[in-house]
Formats: sequence, structure tokens, C-alpha cells
Amino acid sequence: MTSNVDQLVARAEALALDMDLSGVAAWKDAEPARRVIGYLPVFAPIEIITAAGMHPVGIIGGTDQVEIIRGDAYFQSYICHIPRSVVELGLSGRLDVCDGFLFPSTCDVIRNMSGIWKLEFPDKYVKYVDVPQNFDPEIGGNWWRHELTSLRTDLRELGGVEISDESLWEAIALHDENRQLQRELYDLRSDRPWLAPTSEVYLMQRAGLVLPVQEHNELLRDYTEAAANSDRPLMDNSRIVLTGAFCEQPPLDLLRTLERAGCWIVDDDLLMGPRMITEPIIDPEGPVGDPIDALVDAFLDKAAAASFIYINEKEKGAELAEMVVKREAEGVIFAAPSFCDPALLDRPMLARALDERGISHISMKYSENTGQFQTIREQAGTFADALKLWSDA
Amino acid sequence: MTGMDCWVGIDLGSTTTKAIILDSDGEILGRGITNSRSNYDVACAVARAEAFVDARFALARRALEGDAALAARAQELLPIIAASFAEAKHNAALVSLREELLIAARNDFYEGWQPALDRVLGEIVDAMEARAHELFVPGADRKSDFFRDLASSTFMQLSEEAADPSTMPQDVLIGMFDKAIIKVENKELEVSFEEHVSQALDRLLAAAGLEADERARAGELMERAVALPLDERGHVGTGYGRARLPFPKASIRSEILCHGLGAHATFPTTRTVLDIGGQDTKAIQVDGRGIVTGFQMNDRCAAGCGRYLGYIADEMNLGVHELGPMAMKSTRKVKINSTCTVFAGAELRDRLNLGQKREDILAGLHRAIMLRAMSLLARSGGVHDEFTFTGGVARNPAAVRALRELVTENYGERKINISAASIYTGALGAAIFARRAEDADESTEEAAA
Amino acid sequence: MTETVPTQRDASMALQKKILAEHYHALAQAPETGAKTAYTFVPGNLTELIRSFDMLPVLPEINALQSGMRKQSGDFVREAEKLGHSEDVCTYVKCDIGMLKGGNIGPTGEHLPDPDILLLSYTGCFTFMKWFELLKQEYDCEIVMLHVPYQGGGEITQEMVDYIVRQLEEQVIPKLEKVTGKTFDADAVSERLALSAQAEDDFVYVLESAKHRPSPIDGYFGGVFYIGPIFSAFRGTQAGIDYYRALRSEVDARIAAGKGPVTPAGEVTNEQYRLVVEGPPNWTHFREFWKMFYEENAVCVASTYTKVGGLYDRGFRHDPSNPLESLARYCLGCYTNLNLPQRVDLICDYVREYSADGFLINSVKSCNSFSAGQLVILREVEERTGVPGGFIESDLVDPRYFSAANIKNRLESYLQMIEQRRQPVGATG
Repeated sequence: MTSNVDQLVARAEALALDMDLSGVAAWKDAEPARRVIGYLPVFAPIEIITAAGMHPVGIIGGTDQVEIIRGDAYFQSYICHIPRSVVELGLSGRLDVCDGFLFPSTCDVIRNMSGIWKLEFPDKYVKYVDVPQNFDPEIGGNWWRHELTSLRTDLRELGGVEISDESLWEAIALHDENRQLQRELYDLRSDRPWLAPTSEVYLMQRAGLVLPVQEHNELLRDYTEAAANSDRPLMDNSRIVLTGAFCEQPPLDLLRTLERAGCWIVDDDLLMGPRMITEPIIDPEGPVGDPIDALVDAFLDKAAAASFIYINEKEKGAELAEMVVKREAEGVIFAAPSFCDPALLDRPMLARALDERGISHISMKYSENTGQFQTIREQAGTFADALKLWSDA
Repeated sequence: MTGMDCWVGIDLGSTTTKAIILDSDGEILGRGITNSRSNYDVACAVARAEAFVDARFALARRALEGDAALAARAQELLPIIAASFAEAKHNAALVSLREELLIAARNDFYEGWQPALDRVLGEIVDAMEARAHELFVPGADRKSDFFRDLASSTFMQLSEEAADPSTMPQDVLIGMFDKAIIKVENKELEVSFEEHVSQALDRLLAAAGLEADERARAGELMERAVALPLDERGHVGTGYGRARLPFPKASIRSEILCHGLGAHATFPTTRTVLDIGGQDTKAIQVDGRGIVTGFQMNDRCAAGCGRYLGYIADEMNLGVHELGPMAMKSTRKVKINSTCTVFAGAELRDRLNLGQKREDILAGLHRAIMLRAMSLLARSGGVHDEFTFTGGVARNPAAVRALRELVTENYGERKINISAASIYTGALGAAIFARRAEDADESTEEAAA
Repeated sequence: MTETVPTQRDASMALQKKILAEHYHALAQAPETGAKTAYTFVPGNLTELIRSFDMLPVLPEINALQSGMRKQSGDFVREAEKLGHSEDVCTYVKCDIGMLKGGNIGPTGEHLPDPDILLLSYTGCFTFMKWFELLKQEYDCEIVMLHVPYQGGGEITQEMVDYIVRQLEEQVIPKLEKVTGKTFDADAVSERLALSAQAEDDFVYVLESAKHRPSPIDGYFGGVFYIGPIFSAFRGTQAGIDYYRALRSEVDARIAAGKGPVTPAGEVTNEQYRLVVEGPPNWTHFREFWKMFYEENAVCVASTYTKVGGLYDRGFRHDPSNPLESLARYCLGCYTNLNLPQRVDLICDYVREYSADGFLINSVKSCNSFSAGQLVILREVEERTGVPGGFIESDLVDPRYFSAANIKNRLESYLQMIEQRRQPVGATG
């Protein structure tokens, strides 16, 4: 079914910017037994939530829409912005629709937030999700199996419903599809970025945080088709990869600013959570064995590189460099939220890998509610121009 | 003649130094304020001297108002005397300024500009002396009561007129002033209130149109008030830089405590106090006795302090006092996301370029600043009834409006107290501590140990 | 060296200084002696295991804090920033990078050896992972990750313990064997753990002596010296035992004589304020910071920082009969691996057990692990215990973030506030 691109984008934007989660509330109200589980960035095993018949909701901060009044009383000035807006959303009742919250092991701030949530919202289910930093299937795999199993048990108790292996496989299939559709959209964007600009693609992804996965799949399909067939003029901007750990998200206007400054973002690690697993979990032949094992193996073997995952034997930054090559990008923009340890500590190591390969890069900082972009505009514009002038491509 | 007991509190702030004198009934007898300067001792001495002069006037007022015949004239009489004294001090400062300007011009570096430099400087001061009287006639509209402010604006104007880009650049003249004014400020000027009043009294009373017998009675009452010994029984100092006050450690109290107690004295049922100063912001919780139960400070970041408004005013080429009234004219909500002073200019220009109106942007900025204050208040324990707002920014109507809105939105109805004399809150608290120290000798000594 | 220890010397202080100096010297000699070195972290340090392989532990955090105390860290941090590290990130890491780039001359002026292995004990702090990923690029040596799960649910589970034990058995120990050419000797580890447990008894005794009135020790500033041996290279050693035995008897003597703690300016003779402190101390202005307390006769009776390398005063002791599991439980129990509600509970317990007049948080810019959530801790502890909470801000080793005037202002206001609340109602005001 084809819809007009603008209509789809408008729908996605409305969903993405709905800080009241009214769509989720409507979903929940439709039936009495429904439950909602919010998850903080970056990565959480949301297949299990879907398998439980519950609605996973990505809580990714208030972007530039939420005025922080109480949230600032929870965090000192040298801590990033996202915990403030999340606390603000929580205290103002906008997260009341959630029955539980998952706090993944993204960094010490998100980690400690799990404790804040236990103290401030003692009636809600709160689980800290500790991804394995050991990748031996018998050791780290075992640990991850334990984490996933305890989540499954907890959700069963919360919902009062068994979570069968079958429902798990169904959920994995749906999320596999979701990831596949996002990959295809990214391929389209990389192939013909003027047809699917990041300022739209991002909204398509962010809308997915508040939609049941089936609906998101539909939206992605519709948009990809509509965008591919849209009649937009070709524009020859510089091709760049945007990277930054992206727990705290840049405001939409920042993405627009980059595009207006002459950059096509041809790949990125914005909103990695739902697409952390880079290949299908289910084989083409069909599901085999224990779905939890499949999820465990997927994390160990198929997870994208990320700041919160120990580099182990791999080369730091190699995956980023590969992304640049694969997408035929001309440069990389490192964007980090102010005070973000994961992004800022990783940056010198990632930059080194790029330097060794002769890939140009620049750095910038932002916060989710940055309101003025003059410096970023100039920086990105200069970079885009320089790439055009000096690139060999 | 038996003297009157009094207690002194001094608050050495970053922008202004304040002094309060309390009488034995705990009533405020005098207030003094001066701009803070590099020599803390002098700043304290000047503020204290001002407060004592003010106290004398208070005594004089009480005396005159106590006299049936003179009570009606008291109101017009006292300002005349006050203005006369202020003018005398101003003139003494101008004499000192002349001296210091000429000393500064002695420097070999300026040899090339001599003898014209000496002449021009002398002429400028002559003109300043000629203009002095206008500044002090009753009803005169002075931009400031501080010599530094008055002198520098007049000097700026006169030096511009006298300057010549090739022969006498204004920069050189301004350089002379900058050196000289520091010296002038850090000297204690010997202008005795008592002497001045006794010398000038007769003339002033005549000028006020008093009959001979009235003059005699008024003169007597005034002289008695002026000569009454004021016995300073105790003193307490506080404020930024208070460790440098000329008081023993036992007589120093934290500005948080002084502020809390001073707010309590002014508004006995207050529980939460917000002070937004030039360089820091304090959120204080007090109990029913004015004792602090919790506090939070923002002393590291200009955003949310008065200084931020100063930056904005500079960017917009306005006076700080003009920002509030302009913001009050806003008709559209503009949401400002960041109050970082580093980006203040950029954010402002961006928005003006986008076509947003100055009034609207300013209103948004005021709200953003007060949001910072709200965070601090939340950290300190919230906003409880009654809520007292003190400090320079409390005189800004847009700031007050934003604060009212935010408090109501987040805490419900709260009585918000703002007093015109709130700048003296810290000094008042200090003076009360001085007075309390007498009544609780032992515990004070223990606390100081 | 004298800057880093109080001027009044007790025998234990001299002993501590001696063994630490010897350790740094042994490290400097390592290239000649052939001693292998393992770089690791204070939280989750496996000293007994490392030493059972005759390896020498190196603790970059301690190098950083020592650099801070010796006023060298400012330059190191700036150097790292010039190399592209952000102003926003942990200053321990930047100090270490800066020191490395300057030739890796350690705080005692002696050269620090390159690591033979980076033992990434991933305990209680996200930054540790990044730190050793960075060092791995610099040194290209062996590295082994030990993932210590966070006590997200407020308890240690058997699965957590098993996970750590398996990592030790199948990855950490084999790597140590490979690097040293020696075989794992479980008995040697057990013997050392027995020594650890002994020292831990004395160490806890010393910490808990602060329950006395007056307290014979300062459990924060003084505590920093007391934790040195056990949190660095001397847990499970005879030197460690000797030190804590000596310290314990000195403390007993102080208690018997009714004496207060030793400070750089002499003894505190008139304890006025008993405080529980949360958060690491500032290192660049350590003495100046301490002075602000003892000048006001404020004694820190308990602190959470002295539990960062191991929590021993709630009953845990290393257990020689089950070495690997014991090490696992030790790692899991380190302070920064506790969840926020547990930290609140611990501080509340300290306030009660140590009869504190108040508690104070030193919020450190560099350390998100400690700092994120401290404002919640502040409110919770105040509410539950009724004692006032103070809040000051500084940093670990970046001298630019220590404003003495601001800190003194806040601290004095806080102490005066406590004092005022103690007094009977004043005269009419």
C-alpha cells in the first residue's frame, strides 16, 4: 500500500515527538491485560517483551520538547542531559503507562538510573540488564542466557501469562523482519540519499520506539516504497557516516542542519537498540532449537560494535571503517553528547582507526535539547566542502 | 548624655557591600551600601560609615517627628540635609580624584602628552565640580549613588568632548581615570557627618524657609541626634570574601545563615528563600526560628545568576535594568533551551535572525534563568510557603513573573515575598546574629571554637 | 614525598610509606629482575591471585591519585587533552595517558614498567573498560577481561559468582599462566587469602574505632592512608598484616588515651562535628581540603570511599577454603558495584552506627559511577536519618575543578547550620 511520503513522515514525526505516549496508552487501554515495558538506550532484548504479548517502548529522552524542571534536581551539571529528561518524563506522569523498565548496561549513568528508578517508582518492575563482556558461548553466553531467562520469568510473573518458545520464535521473526526492513531502508538511503534523507529516515526509526513491531514493519515498508518512488531531485552532497554512541539523541534540527550544510548521512549508529543484531537470527530454513539460545548466539556473534561492548580481540574502529567503505562515504562526523563517557572515551580510539586508513573526520558535541546550531552548521559545511574539494573519489 | 546600644552586620558582596545597624529593640536603625572594591577593609568602613550616617538621620527624623511643630517639616528638611552631606562627600572625592589623576599623569610613559594632559585633566575635573551641585538638588535623578558610577559617566562624557584623536586620544584620558578611581575608592575620605551638619545646619535650615524659633529648635534636636553616642555592642560580618573582613573569626557567619535569618526577620513565616546575586545563586530552607535546615548553591556557573543578564544586556546594548520591562511586553512564547552564557550571544543573534522579537526572546531567557533557580530550589528541598525572593534580580519584573508561574505550576499556590530592601538581607541577618550573640554568650563561644 | 603524608608520624604511617616505596622501587627494577607486572584496578583487584604468580600489581588509579597529590596531574591532564581527549571525561584516565606520553615516570620519580598483562577487572566502573582499551593500543600486550556483573537487583546471586569463577578458571588464570610461564597454584592463593582475612579483621577494627567518642581516627582523610596497603599490592601479604596490626595497636592506644585523630596540623582535641562522607576525596588539594575540616574540629567518622576497593565491615572476609568463589564475591561487593538503594542503606547505617551529626557528599566531576544519583542519595539519607546533608563539588585530579573559596563557603555554611540546629531557641530576633 503506497502512501504519500509527506503523510508518512508527518505520522512518524507525530509519534516520535509524542512525549505523552498517547499511542501506547491507546494500545494499552484497548485490552485490560495489556502491559507496557519501557527500555532505556541503547540495547535491550525486546524480543522477549514482544513474545510476552507486551509492548516494548523505547524511552530515549525528551529531545528538545521537554522543559526540565524537576529533572535537574537529580543530576549535577556535569552529567549528560538524557537522564534529566527521562526523570522529568517519569515524574510528570508521562511514563505511567509503563508497567516496567529495563535499564541496560550502557554506562554508569544509565546504570545508576536503575537505582534511582527503584527508589522513586517502587511499584514498577525495574530490571538492570547486564550484557556479557565475555564472548565465550559457555561463559558469557551462559551469563546472557541467565539474564534473558530471568527477564522471561519476570515478565511471565508480571503478565501472568506463559511465554512459550513458539511465541519467542514468532517475536524473533517479527524483529528480524524489522531489522531487515531497517537495513533495506538504510540501503536505499545510501544508494540514493536525496530520496530518503536522514531527517526523514530518523523519524521512521524513532516512531518505531512507540509502535508495536508489526505496525512499525508496515510503516517502514510503506515509507521505503514511497521514498524510492518519490520524485525528488538529485543532490550531490558529501557522503558522511555519523557516529556517536547515541544513547542521548541529537535533536532533529541537528540532523537537518547537517543535511542543509551539505552532508548526506549515508550510515549512522543513531537508534542502534532495535537493530543491534546485524543479521537475521532465524535461519532461512526456519527456527531450530531453543529460541533463548538463538538470542544468546545472536548477541555473541551478530551484534554491532558498540561503546558498551568490550572490544575483545577485534580492532577498535575497524567496523566503523568498514561501514565507511561499504557505504562509499567520504568522511565521518563524530557527534557526542556533552559529558558522554562512552562516546567521548571511544572517540580517540575510533579516530585512530580512521587516521590509519586515511579517512577524514571531524568532531562535535551537542545535547538533546541544543537550540542553536551555528557552530555545527559552519563546521559541517566546511567539512562537506573540504571533502568535495579534496576527495579522490 | 547616655548613649544608644546598637549592633552592626556587614555583608561584603561581590558587587556591593552592605551594612545594617540594629537598635536595642531589634529595629533597623540605619542602612549603608557602597560598591565593593579591591580593598575590602575600605569597602566595609565605607558601608559602615554610610549606615551610621543613615542611623543619625533616623534619629534626627524620630526627634523631629516627635516635635509637634516640626513634624510636618521633617519630610522636606531631612532630604535637604542628606543631599548636602552627599554633595560634600562627592566634592571631597572630586578633590581626591584631581590629585590622583595628576599623580597618574606623572608617569614617564605619558611624558609625550604633557603639559596638555595635566591641563585637560584639570579642566575636566573643574567641569565635574561645576556640575556636582545639580546631581544633589532634592529630586535630582541620579543614575547611581556611588561615586564611581557618577564620576565615570561624567568623565566619559567630558573626556569625549575634550579629546582629539591626534593630540589627546580619549583612551589616554580614560586610562588616567581607571588608575585614579581605584586609588580614590580605596581611600577613606575624611568627611565627618557631625562636622558637616553643625557647619551647614544653620544655612540649610534658613534655606528651607524655617522661622528663627523653628530654626533654633530644629537645630537643637538635630545636634542632639547627631551627637548621641552610638555604642556598638557587637558586630558580625558575612559575604563573599568574608574571611578578609576586619573581624575576628568568632564574629563571622556564613552568608547562607545570615541570608536565612535576615529573610526570616523580614518575613517571619518564610520557609524557603531564593537569592539570585550577581555571581551566585542560593536556595535556602529555614525553620520557624530562621535557622537554616538545608541549602544548595550554584557558585560555579554564571547561568542563572545576575551576571547572565549582564551579558545579555551587553549583547543587546541595553542597561540591565531595561531587560525586565522589555521582557514584560512579550506576546509570544519563545522556548530558550540553553542558558550557557558562552552561547548567549550566538543564541540571541540566531533567534533575531529567525525573526523572533526581542521582547519574546527576553521573556524566554528570563524563564530559562528561573528554571535554573527552580532546579536549585528542588535540590535544596522544594518551595514551601512562604517563599522569599531576594537579590538584585528580584527587582526584575520579568524574572519575578517567570518565577511566580513556575512556582505555581510546580508547587501550587505559594505566597511570594519580595521586599524593596532585600539587598540588605544578608547584612540584616548578620546584625541579628550580633545581637543574639549577646544573649547567648556561652553557646556562641562554643560555636566559634 | 613528605607532602603526601601527615607530618605527625606514627609507626604505622612510616611502615606504610616504606612498603609502598619498596613496591614502587620493585616496579622500577622489574625490567632487570624480570618480574612480570599486571596492571589492574582497585575495585575488584585480585592481588592474591596476581602475587601467587609472583607478578607485581600496578594500579593506574593509584598512580593517578599520587600524581594528583604531588601536583603533577594538572600537566598530565592537559597533555591528554591536547592529544584529543575530551574535557568531559574521567581525569584519572587523562592523567594516566599524560603520564604515559611523558615517559611513564611514576609519582615517585621512578620509571613504571610496561604491563605484561592488562587485567581488566571490570568492576563498578564503565570507564575501566575504556581505560584498558586505550592502554591496549599503547602497549600491545596481553589483556584479559573479567566481567563482574553489577548488583542491579541489590544482591549477589550464585549465577554472578559462577560467571566470574568460570572467567577466572578459563580465561584469567590461563592468561596469567601464559604470561608468567608458571602454573596456577590454588594453595598459594588460599594461603594468601588466609593472610588477607587476618588483615581484614584488623582493618575493620580500625575503621570501626571511629564509633568511639571522640573518634581516634578520621575515617575519610585519614582513611585514605589506611586503605593504601589493602587496596593496592599488599592484601594477602605479611607486610599487609604487619601494617594493620601496627595500626590497630596505635588506634587502641589512642582510644585508651581518649585522643582524637592525627592531622597534618596536630591532633584534633575538641571533636565538634561527626560526619559521614560519600564520594572520593579531591587529590590535588588534599591537604587544603582536609584542613577545612579539622580547622572546624570536624571529624569524618565513616566514609564510602574507604570501601571502594572492598567492603569488609558488613561481615565479608576472604575465604581460603574457596579461593575463586571468594575472590568473585569480593569483587561483587566493592562499593561502586552496589546499586543505589544499597548505597543509601549503607550510608544510613553509618550515620546511625557512628552517631553522626550529618553526612556530606563530595561530588566529583570525573566519576559518574559515584556521582550519578548522589543528589538522590542526599535527599533519601536526609529523609530517613533526619540529619542534614551537605553537598560540595570538586574533582579527582584536575586542579582546575577545585575552587577552595566555594568549597570552604559551602562547608562552613553546612557546619554552622548543624551548629545552629543544636542550639536552644535564640533571643528575640
